[in-house]
Amino acid sequence: MSAAPALKQTPLNAAHRRMGGRMVDFGGWDMPVQYPAGTVEEHLRTRTHAGLFDVSHMGEILVRGPEAIPFVNRLVSNDASKLVDGQAQYSALTTPEGTVIDDLLVYRFSEDHLLLVVNASTTEKDWDWIKSHHVHEMVELKNVSQDYCQIALQGPDAVSILQTLTDTPLEEVKYYHFREGRVDDVPAIISRTGYTGEDGFEVYAAADRADRLWAKILEAGRHGEPDGVLPCGLAARNTLRLEAAMALYGHEITEETTLLEANLGWICKLNKGDFTGREALAKQKEEGVRRRLVGFEMTERGIARDDQEVLIDGERRGRVTSGSPAPYLKKNIGLAYVPTEFADEGRQIQIDVRGRAVAAQIVKTPFYKREKK
Amino acid sequence: MANVPDDLHYSKDHEWVRVEGDIGVIGITDHAQNSLGDVVYVELPKVGDSFSAHEPFGSVESVKAVSEIFSPVGGKVTEVNEALQDEPERVNTDPYGEGWMIRVRLTNPGEVDSLLSAAEYEDFTKAEAE
Repeated sequence: MSAAPALKQTPLNAAHRRMGGRMVDFGGWDMPVQYPAGTVEEHLRTRTHAGLFDVSHMGEILVRGPEAIPFVNRLVSNDASKLVDGQAQYSALTTPEGTVIDDLLVYRFSEDHLLLVVNASTTEKDWDWIKSHHVHEMVELKNVSQDYCQIALQGPDAVSILQTLTDTPLEEVKYYHFREGRVDDVPAIISRTGYTGEDGFEVYAAADRADRLWAKILEAGRHGEPDGVLPCGLAARNTLRLEAAMALYGHEITEETTLLEANLGWICKLNKGDFTGREALAKQKEEGVRRRLVGFEMTERGIARDDQEVLIDGERRGRVTSGSPAPYLKKNIGLAYVPTEFADEGRQIQIDVRGRAVAAQIVKTPFYKREKK
Repeated sequence: MANVPDDLHYSKDHEWVRVEGDIGVIGITDHAQNSLGDVVYVELPKVGDSFSAHEPFGSVESVKAVSEIFSPVGGKVTEVNEALQDEPERVNTDPYGEGWMIRVRLTNPGEVDSLLSAAEYEDFTKAEAE
């Protein structure tokens, strides 16, 4: 199948095609949804050994200047002033209503140098939003999304594989911290972050070095061996993050949902000083949220899917934001918004699966948590 | 390339029928299972249910998506492949053998003549890909 010419491509597009990736239109990007191994195997390999993901479609926005931190801190919900050099922070760009423009990572290189890593489909929206709030602050903004590739190596073997390619002592890099170093002689940002619920790294490098990095990591990870690294598509990325109950923009978090409803109160630092949406979030926190994001697992045969309705005592009371089989847990799971009074763990609910009411139960999240070494 | 056995009849919805007297054995094609990816759930009708040609009789779900399965011919279900309940992956590993879905008593055995031959189906999938 040939892709429409309008689709954007990452620097690894040819590599994906060469390796048999099944390419799909993902928010305007021509991306591999899976490789020949298939989603289940890709998912399991990431949990047991290592998976390699091309996430170069993500956007990167550079913020430099003496007022970089206060400028960013007025736009995001988490407290960027708490970052130290070499640290990353999960945060969100919020509307005045406390709903979500995007979720992002804020990287601090130094006091006057931050990098914002944002979702692919929202990069332009975020860029426009951030620029529109830049009045006279002493900061320079630059959309550098095209300059970077981003490759995520995730799983219990990620450290040992990547260590063979770099002098940076990886065990010393703490979770949500990063170092600037070299990976196989390619200058790179090596960040101990990810979106799978596993230990691992996200490596940022110049876009024109993507092919080499990809090939070197596959080689170092003994790609092709039964316990070697597997390249993974977007479908496995989605099931992995869902098992870890991590929010996906456009699903759990949107401009219609607030951070508090999405259980992201831990990234709302209401006392850090003013930021867009602070007032609305403070008010909602005081009054209590009317609905809440919960995890559920199916207790009858059937798979919940995105956008299906939640039935509670026979009434239509909520909606599934993400629903899927969970390949590692071997259950059918999902996330859904339900009214707060019904959001208690253990509650029996039903999902309207194409006209059939299938039983499910609200459970604790995350569904999957890796064992810490 | 996808496997397309010569002795079967094919629908444009990517199902196959094997005729055994007045019985039709029905499943989905190798091309279909390959497009779907890992099959994790198969929903099938009950013995005794009747379907006309092109009517949906069940669904097959991969990790990523749900697809309806359409009956390529009319008939009354005489047997369903219960093994797919616990081993839906058989649809991937052996779509024309252990991955069969239902057996029906054909309403009109002549109906299969309106379906595609193996060669026609191969041409159809190639044209669809372009």
